[in-house]
Amino acid sequence: MKASKNIINTDVVLQIKGLKKSFGDNHVLKGFNLTLLQGENLVIMGKSGSGKSVMIKCLVGLMEADSGSITVMQNDITKLTQDALDILRADIGFLFQGSALYDSMTVRENLEFPLRRHTKKFGTNSNSEALVIEALTNVGLAHAVDLMPSELSGGMKRRVALARTLILQPKIILYDEPTSGLDPITAKEIIILMQDIQKKYNTSSLIITHDVDCARVISDRMLLLIDGINYAEGTFDELSVSKDPKVKAFFKN
Amino acid sequence: MVGFSKINTQLSNFLIELGDLAYFTSRYFRETLKRPFEFRELMRQCYNMGNRSLLLVGITCFIIGLVLDLQTRPTLMEFGAVSWMPSMVSISIVREIGPIITALVCAGRIGSGIGAELGSMRVTEQIDAMEVSGTNPFKFLVVTRVTAVTLMLPILVIIGDGIALVGSFLVENLKGNVSFTLYFNQVFDSIAYGDIIPATIKSFFFGLAIGIVGCYKGYYCAKGTEGVGKAANSAVVISSLLLFIIDFMAVFVTDIFYDL
Repeated sequence: MKASKNIINTDVVLQIKGLKKSFGDNHVLKGFNLTLLQGENLVIMGKSGSGKSVMIKCLVGLMEADSGSITVMQNDITKLTQDALDILRADIGFLFQGSALYDSMTVRENLEFPLRRHTKKFGTNSNSEALVIEALTNVGLAHAVDLMPSELSGGMKRRVALARTLILQPKIILYDEPTSGLDPITAKEIIILMQDIQKKYNTSSLIITHDVDCARVISDRMLLLIDGINYAEGTFDELSVSKDPKVKAFFKN
Repeated sequence: MVGFSKINTQLSNFLIELGDLAYFTSRYFRETLKRPFEFRELMRQCYNMGNRSLLLVGITCFIIGLVLDLQTRPTLMEFGAVSWMPSMVSISIVREIGPIITALVCAGRIGSGIGAELGSMRVTEQIDAMEVSGTNPFKFLVVTRVTAVTLMLPILVIIGDGIALVGSFLVENLKGNVSFTLYFNQVFDSIAYGDIIPATIKSFFFGLAIGIVGCYKGYYCAKGTEGVGKAANSAVVISSLLLFIIDFMAVFVTDIFYDL
């Protein structure tokens, strides 16, 4: 599989400047910078514990940064009120590493849940049933609408989580380890699905992964997060031939 | 000096936890008054907590009623005061035994359930997923659960009291050949509003304590499955201890009103 040619323009949809975050004496992010363009797939790689998940959680306001600015579609999220942040969140999809489906709800209820808070986006008379079915059809699981999460396989859970992310038709999708814990075939299916979604909705994607195959296929650009800073940046082809030992370590297999 | 330092650290950790719990409680009251009101989820929680605890509360209270009567009967017989049994048992059950036993059963069943459920939702990032989708998880998860247990506990106490009295009646009927009408006439003659109202009011506070502690422990559960187990366990231990403290305070306050 070759990297898809996405329609990327120069509009910046997401920008992080000088992001710092510490937990006691553990300085996880030490001035991290990032720019995501409209329609771009940006892959972030880094070792476990390097602060990738912390960064992505700061980005959606799940964690408060110590300093630095995070601008999402011209809104500095560190300065937004809770209500304004909740409205902005309708434009940011988040696929969690473990899918994070609500155990006590059916697949249908899982997908309807984000719609309750964002009725304004689709109009109060919007047909939630049609939106649910459309989102599930996009991931090939329309037949699973009445199942409980416990009845789904790992791959199906990830697809349903992706459908739940898509239902609000976000402009930016954040993927936290989208292929982790999946077998190679299912992982490949998820990657293809991510590409299809990107083409269909022209979303911008920020993908955190350890999976080099995933990065090769999906990335337009890559960024290596090492020692709390953006250590190296470039396309997959550029970084994979780097002579820097820290960069080489990611591609040695 | 090392021992003193350890005590100091433990004391400061305890005070920090107490402060966090107080803040959590104040947030519950603030969020309860804000829109949107999650009525559907509240009804679902009321059903889960009320209906599904009923059997356990019923069996426990029935046995307590039987045992209380069986244990007290011989002593009252010695004084020739066995005819006071219905009055004595009903006042003990309505004022004290019914509310505290029902609350302890619910602390075990509902408190641990809430702690484990919210803890596992925290660990598996379901609470984060709710927040990212723009829904206030505190309002959806905490407010509904605390309100449900606060509303359901007094109802369970009233039902439990009734079942305990039936248990006591069975012993009286079998051992003393006391009729249903006679037994319950004596029960209703001896119980006053002054017995029922304070017991019902304190049951609301019991429910509030069980809900707040269970939700607090689950909502701020540490990462990992060990954290979920600890959340469930400490929810039961702390809420059970709180129940006795609230009970003591309620009896103390009621006693002041009786003296007036």
